[in-house]
Formats: sequence, structure tokens, C-alpha cells
Amino acid sequence: MKNDIILAGVGGQGILSIAAIIGYAAVNSGLYLKQAEVHGMSQRGGDVQSHLRLSSDQIASDLIPYGKADMILSVEPMESLRYLPYLGPEGWLITNTEPFINIPNYPPLEEIMQEIKKLPRHVALDAGSLAEEAGSKKAANVVILGAASLFLDIPYEGLEEAIRFLFGKKGDDLVELNLKALRTGRETAANKTVK
Amino acid sequence: MNTRLLLGDEAIAQAGIDAGMSGIFAYPGTPSTEITEYVRSSAEAKKKGIAANWAANEKTAAEQALGMSYAGKRAMTSMKHVGLNVAADVFLNASITGANGGILFVVADDPSMHSSQNEQDSRVYGRFAMVPILEPSNQQEAYDMVHLGFDISEKFQVPVMLRITTRLAHSRAGVARKEQRAQNQFSLPEDLKQFILLPAIARKRYQKLLDNQDAFHELSETSPYNQYLPGEDRSIGIVACGLAYNYLMENYPGRKVPHPVVKISQYPLPKNHIEKLYDECERIIVLEEGYPVVEEVLKGFMNLGKEINGRLDGTLPRTGELNPNLVGAALGFPQEKLAAIPDLVTRRPPSLCKGCPHIDSFLGLNEAIAEYGKGRVFSDIGCYTLSALPPYESINTCVDMGASITMAKGAADAGMHPAVAVIGDSTFTHSGMTGLLDAINDQSNITVLILDNATTGMTGGQPSSAFGRIEEICRGLGVEEDHIRVIKPLRKQHEENTRILKEELAYEGVSVIIPRRECIVTLNKRMRLKFKDKNKST
Repeated sequence: MKNDIILAGVGGQGILSIAAIIGYAAVNSGLYLKQAEVHGMSQRGGDVQSHLRLSSDQIASDLIPYGKADMILSVEPMESLRYLPYLGPEGWLITNTEPFINIPNYPPLEEIMQEIKKLPRHVALDAGSLAEEAGSKKAANVVILGAASLFLDIPYEGLEEAIRFLFGKKGDDLVELNLKALRTGRETAANKTVK
Repeated sequence: MNTRLLLGDEAIAQAGIDAGMSGIFAYPGTPSTEITEYVRSSAEAKKKGIAANWAANEKTAAEQALGMSYAGKRAMTSMKHVGLNVAADVFLNASITGANGGILFVVADDPSMHSSQNEQDSRVYGRFAMVPILEPSNQQEAYDMVHLGFDISEKFQVPVMLRITTRLAHSRAGVARKEQRAQNQFSLPEDLKQFILLPAIARKRYQKLLDNQDAFHELSETSPYNQYLPGEDRSIGIVACGLAYNYLMENYPGRKVPHPVVKISQYPLPKNHIEKLYDECERIIVLEEGYPVVEEVLKGFMNLGKEINGRLDGTLPRTGELNPNLVGAALGFPQEKLAAIPDLVTRRPPSLCKGCPHIDSFLGLNEAIAEYGKGRVFSDIGCYTLSALPPYESINTCVDMGASITMAKGAADAGMHPAVAVIGDSTFTHSGMTGLLDAINDQSNITVLILDNATTGMTGGQPSSAFGRIEEICRGLGVEEDHIRVIKPLRKQHEENTRILKEELAYEGVSVIIPRRECIVTLNKRMRLKFKDKNKST
């Protein structure tokens, strides 16, 4: 078993939290993991990505080869497209539809959505609104993770347990909120993919 | 087994804690920052009394580490690759003095310049200093090599370099911990003259370093981290250094490489393995992260003998970090046609944060200097370097830590007026103060903006060494009281700030303007914590 995942977003959007949740769950499932992160200058509002690799066998490279990713998981629509060369022929693109606009020449959202819809396997959802319904817009990253959970080879309960562990110190409210965000993301994605 | 998910940086830090290190000394710099951060936030390190304070710069840090080694204890100093330029004086001379307690120079290179101004390869420095270099290929080796490094350092009384690159520094994997070692007891060097590099002693110490070279070679040849892996297909022999080994393995499912491979993670180069490979194979491919250091050695000046492929002949790109695809292509694997990035995807460069005090400083400076025209602002290294990008486009240089003040001085001495230096508070204490003293002594015509956001911002908000003392330092160095101006970079004070900037730009002599407002990131962090504490107490 292997899951090679590109996590994409803009510095500060919380992609490393997604990585931490998956990472915790993966290690608890007895899987090997490698996760390359971006620190430093790009974190100041630039494009950031993380290569997350899970496998039942030892993993060699910290970087996912081009054309081999099983999934691109993006908390920003334009950023989801930046990593298409990594996506494998059977890979899924799962993205937030809400743009993060901090550049003057951000392309029209409809055009971005057209590009996303060209992909045979994609899930696009408004994670910000769904997170808001769950209790806080800040949990948009966890909504995206919930959507991705359909395609991950780790049990859903493992992700829930990871959220309980990682957010536990910050209070029960935050745990509940994130569990709800995770559930919402998963259910919304399930409805979208079964049509 | 006690396995944790750690960044390469964190693995090194945890290993230091476990291997009986008594102190780590560093100045923050991507991708090395998390090493010291980890030790600083480790409860275990605190309990063990391990010193872990940020230093003013990499040189002062490395010298503190050397002092700790002199006192018989194990010390680590960590830095980014260009930080070793700053610490090069102590690094090269410490190879001559040698060590007492074990000392490790952990240097994190940044090929592809993700967060740096060049991609220099620290192995060149290691060779220059003629010390053993360890180059782990994964997080576990990074951990294990700290123990090994201290062992070598103490056995041969020599500093050891641990060289990593960004991709290992900032990648996480499971790391198993080794046995805990006690810290060394305080002990003076056996020979109290060992560290006096007067010529007569230095010549002897240098000879000792030279005499040890055979032993260092022997270590490399027997090291478990350098391996000869046999293969049937001898049309190619592969030398894979550090991280490049992983990219090699990624190309062969089940790690079954048909060619003979020499895996290298310890230098000087293991002659036995490489000679065997060279004798057996038709040609050699060298895979290494960084400069073609090994490739050049194998090729030699005269380039006689078998074909050696690598970065120099275009088998691999001359610049940038490697990846599985580049290595695959070099080995002749056909590369699949990749999906294209749609044209509409635009660049998203990093930018100053919303609410950043630097924004107001640069808006003021841009307006104040407009009448003199462009091309007069010498900058330095920090978040404020981002003012080079639109919409500010305020600065004209960014070279090395502290160069803003000294380059402005040089330009002023060439007749440029105004000549402006822009430098952050932390960079000022790192390497700016001495340059300011030069300007004062020569009465040069420069205007220095010390952007005081009370932190080392770019690397995540480490404490600034002269917090609250910038004016005192300027005064002490000899800047005239009337020309030390503190302003508050806020939108609503734009008019007044611009007026003050204009006055000081017009002044002939050294003037210092200190725009002072806390970094928005550290401020937000502080407020969140305060809010949390308040909630707790109620």
C-alpha cells in the first residue's frame, strides 16, 4: 500500500496541520511516512507545498516523483493546479474552491474551475463555508482533509483519533469543531463523487 | 522501540540531547533554525541543563561552541550554509587547534536557493579544513551520525562537520532513539598550549591535522555509512552521496539496482570502494546534492581515464537540488510526459505580511527619496528584503549579512548622496555594528534605517540580541544624538515619518533612523497567548 500526497496552499493556510493529522494516523496504523515541508521565506504568503508519503514498505525519496502522486490536496483552487505535473494518471485532485487572493493578477475563478473540471477525478468543495457551518472558517483545512479521507488508505477513525490527540490540548470545543469539519468534508465529497 | 516523527533538523537536535551534548550555539537561518529551536523547547534538554541560546551571529556562536569543547564538554554549533562564511574563521582555525570535548559543526545547505542568496556547498569548506564530513541520507542517519560525530571528534581531537541539505532538514520521518549518554565532566585540554595558535604551535597542530588524514581515510573506508553495493550490470557504476542515494533507490522498485553502487555518507572519500567501482565499471555516474565536489575529485584535472558523468557534463543539471526524476533521467530511464501546469497559474511570490511595520517604513522611504531618483538603497537580509518586489521596489542590493551599511558607506565615499542603508535590528547586531563604526570614523555621508521589529522575523521570531538597546549602541558607536531618530511606522504617521526621513537624507554625515514597531506575526502570537492565559485564569 502506498499513498503519495501533495498538499498545496498558501503560506499560513494550515497545510502542515493536515500533514500532522494524517501523519499521526499513519504512524498509528504502522505505516512508514516521509513528509517534506516548506519552511522559511515562502511561508510569508507565498505558494507552499508538502510532499506526504505513506507506505507499508520503507520509503526512499522524501520527494514524490512527477506523475506518481495519488492525490493533490489543496486548500486553494489555483494552487491545486500548480502541482498537476505530480499527479498520477489515476490520481485525485481534491481542492477548496475559495480563492486566497494576495496577488494583483489572480486569474478569474471561473477559468480556474474550468481547468479543475477538466480532470477526470476531482472533488471541489467550498471548504470555507462548510467549515463555517461546522463552527469556524479556520477549519477549512480539516474539511478538505475530510473530503480526502475517502481516498486515503488509513481508517477514518484513525484521523478522528489524531484530531482528538493533536487538538486535545487546545480544548474540547476545538476537538468537536474539527471532528465536525472532518465529517462534513467527507460527506460532501461522498455526495459529489457518487453522482 | 522509541520512534518519533522528526524533521531532519529535529533528529539532529534530539541526538545532541541524547549523545551528552552540553550546549548548542547558533544564529537562526533557514534551513538550520529548527535544530536549536528544538533544543530550546525540549523539556529534556532543560532538565539536563543543556545550554541553548541564540548568539549574535554564527561566528560568536561557533566560538562559544569551541570554548565549551576547550572546557571538555560536547558542543554543537548549527548554521545555514552562508552562516559558515561568517564562522569560517573559527571553523578553519578550529581544525588546527583541534577539540577537547567533542564539537560538531552542523551546516544546512540550501541547493535551489529556496530561502538563500546562493547554493554554496559546505563540503568544500569541510575539505578546505581537512576535517571529517558526515552527510546523512535520511533522518535516522542524521540522528545516528551525531553520536558518531562526537566519537570521532573526541577520539581525534578534531571538529567534525555534519552536512545536511534543505530537503532533509525539513522533511519528517520516523526516527528511533539510541542510548542516552552522560555529558562530559569539565576538563581542561591535556596540553594547555593546544589552543594557542602562535606560529610555532600552529605549525605543530597543523602537522597533527595532516598526520590524521590517513586515519580519517581509514574511518571512511570502514564506516558503516559508506557502502559498496554489488551489481551485475557493470556498464555503469554509481556513486550516490547523501540524499542522492534515496533518489537513486526511488528509481528501482524493491531497491534492486542492477549496477554496482557506492553509497557515500562520510568523507574523506572512501578510496577502497571507489577504486573498486572504477576498476569494475565502464563509466561512473556521480549523484550528489550541491556542487560537483566528488565528481571533480574523481575526474581530476587532466580528465584521464574512464568517463565520469554528473553535473559537469550535463548528465545532471549544474545547479539546483536533485529529485527522483532528474536522477532517473541521468540513469537513462525514459521520463513520462507530464501534465502541464495550466497557463493561468501565476507566480505567488512571498510578500510582507498584512500589517507588517516594514510596509510603512518603505512607503515612507519611497516617498522621501523620490526627489533623488532610484538606485540609492542598500539593503540587507531579512523579511524586509521582500521590499525588492512590487509594489514597493524600494531596495537595490541584498548581498550578505551587514553589507547594507558598509556598501552604502563605500558608495557614499564614491560621492553618492544620499546613500541609504536598510537593515533589521537582528541583522544590525549580527554584522552591522562594525560597519557603522567604520562610517562614523570616516564621517561618511550615509543614512541608516534600522528597522526594529524587536525580533528575528524571517526565521520565525527568535529573540533579537539587542532588544531595546539599539539607540544605546548607536550612541556608543558615536552617532550624534540629534541624528538618532526613532519613528513609529504606522499609516497614520506617514506624513511625519516622511518628513523626518527627508531631513536625515539631506543631512551630510551619519544619521540613523529607527522605525520601531513589533513584528505583526510575533505580536499576534503574543496576543493569542495572552488571550489564552486570560481565559484560563477566569
